[in-house]
Amino acid sequence: MAAGFDPSGRLPDVFTNAGTSSFTQFLSQAAPELLPGRRPLPPGSAASLAPHATTIVAITAAEGVVMAGDRRATMGNMIASRDIEKVHPADEYSLVGIAGTAGVGIELMRLFQVELEHYEKIEGAMLSLDGKANRLAAMIRGNLGAAMQGLAVVPLFAGFDLSANDPARAGRIFSYDVTGGPYEERGYDAIGSGSIFANAALKKRFRAGQPIAEAARLAVEALYDAADDDTATGGPDLTRRIFPVVMTATAEGTHRLTDEETAAIANAVVSARMENPGG
Amino acid sequence: MAMQFYTNIDQIMRDRSELARKGISRGRSAVALTYTGGVLFVAENLSSSLHKISEIYDRIGFAAVGRYNEFENLRRAGVRMADLNGLSYDRRDVTGLALANAYAQTLGAIFSDQQKPFEVEICVAEVGPTPAEDQIYRLAYDGSVNDEPGFMAMGGQAEAIATVLKGAHKSDMSLADAVKLALKALSSVGGEGGAARTIAPNQLEVAILDRARRGRTFRRLTGKVLTDLLNGNGAAPAKESGKGDDKATEGAEGAKPPASGPDKPTSSAGSADLE
Repeated sequence: MAAGFDPSGRLPDVFTNAGTSSFTQFLSQAAPELLPGRRPLPPGSAASLAPHATTIVAITAAEGVVMAGDRRATMGNMIASRDIEKVHPADEYSLVGIAGTAGVGIELMRLFQVELEHYEKIEGAMLSLDGKANRLAAMIRGNLGAAMQGLAVVPLFAGFDLSANDPARAGRIFSYDVTGGPYEERGYDAIGSGSIFANAALKKRFRAGQPIAEAARLAVEALYDAADDDTATGGPDLTRRIFPVVMTATAEGTHRLTDEETAAIANAVVSARMENPGG
Repeated sequence: MAMQFYTNIDQIMRDRSELARKGISRGRSAVALTYTGGVLFVAENLSSSLHKISEIYDRIGFAAVGRYNEFENLRRAGVRMADLNGLSYDRRDVTGLALANAYAQTLGAIFSDQQKPFEVEICVAEVGPTPAEDQIYRLAYDGSVNDEPGFMAMGGQAEAIATVLKGAHKSDMSLADAVKLALKALSSVGGEGGAARTIAPNQLEVAILDRARRGRTFRRLTGKVLTDLLNGNGAAPAKESGKGDDKATEGAEGAKPPASGPDKPTSSAGSADLE
């Protein structure tokens, strides 16, 4: 399990050392092979090896923030998965969505979730939202080597800032590039292959301070627009009943809309597009 | 070089045991017991920030008495081990038994190899689907482990406290009854001439592993929730009270705690969500 073998059978020193509250820092000593950035890759591009996760959008609202992701993963011209889930809770008050190489992204996200929980348990207090965003930046930076060989992962991070003075500004969004970040976004942002189209749709239709239900509808609209023009982004799949994952982070914590709720939103969006395909 | 005199190993071990026992008996006690809705921990603790009770993992809690620096060291090790195993395998594969074993090995090795043993007693409890499946392990300073039957007491006058618990503990008791019993047991000793005394609610550290929750089940009970329970008008605090972790202690009334019904995982690491 961990580095070193102690004949007395006690937990190795690295477990009991004082010092770091960071799980990744602990892993770098106890089990560095579990850190995605530490693995040596053979030379050459690995870009075509693994499925790619695509579009994620995040929108701030009066009560907090909404994040939504389509359900498609692609490998070249193939659809690798129709029902991948790319938006997850990072902890009680924040959300993370991943675009890029799916396997590395899922691994990085799990590690990030444990990182936040670990800090909370060790220190007895939650990290600030900026602290979480910076931590994620460091983890993305750690993957730079792999990113340069085509295994890039770019997340979108959003959360409810418990220390915000004005509740209307408590929903915050952070974006990243392969070298790290974070870059705080105002109002909305999209990442992934369909992000150009989603961002263009959001630019026209975003209103500051809208209720969270409207923001959720807007997120699904933006994903529809992305799927309209980007082959790697999946639209609402009415025949198989696969709908985008929509999550919110508010003062009440994170919440994932139920399948029925997302189905209702997606059906409303699709039927509106029957009248006007451009939205 | 000074001549090493032969000392009987028996004598060394006896001396170490005595030192550890003395250290532990100076501190205040803690109890853990099962109730119908989970596992309850109650410790007498004057500090509201230096915890004796804490969360290790989804369904595993930790309580300790003795020297703070020593059990804090063990607590960190437990959190690290649990998080490492949960990341490598799955969240469901982190068990109280594995943790109790690791602690037993560690305490045992320290007891036999080091000059000074740890002056601590710890409790590792895991909440199961039913009270009968709850596991409460008690680990002593020398690495010995006991699988306790539904309740345990540790610290200064553990035996007297355990006797009170034994007389009245039922695994189907309500949370309010369990808290009252724990308080009665803790306050049954330590008064003048070994008599009972009163302990104020603000000197208690109380936490539960909530059976009904998914994901992280650990919650601290503080402030009004706790006094309501002690005064007998506390219904099962399904929605009020703190969050599923230590946040309840910081930020007091700052942010509203998330409404967490049994269906809503409080997990950070998306326990249900990744399954």
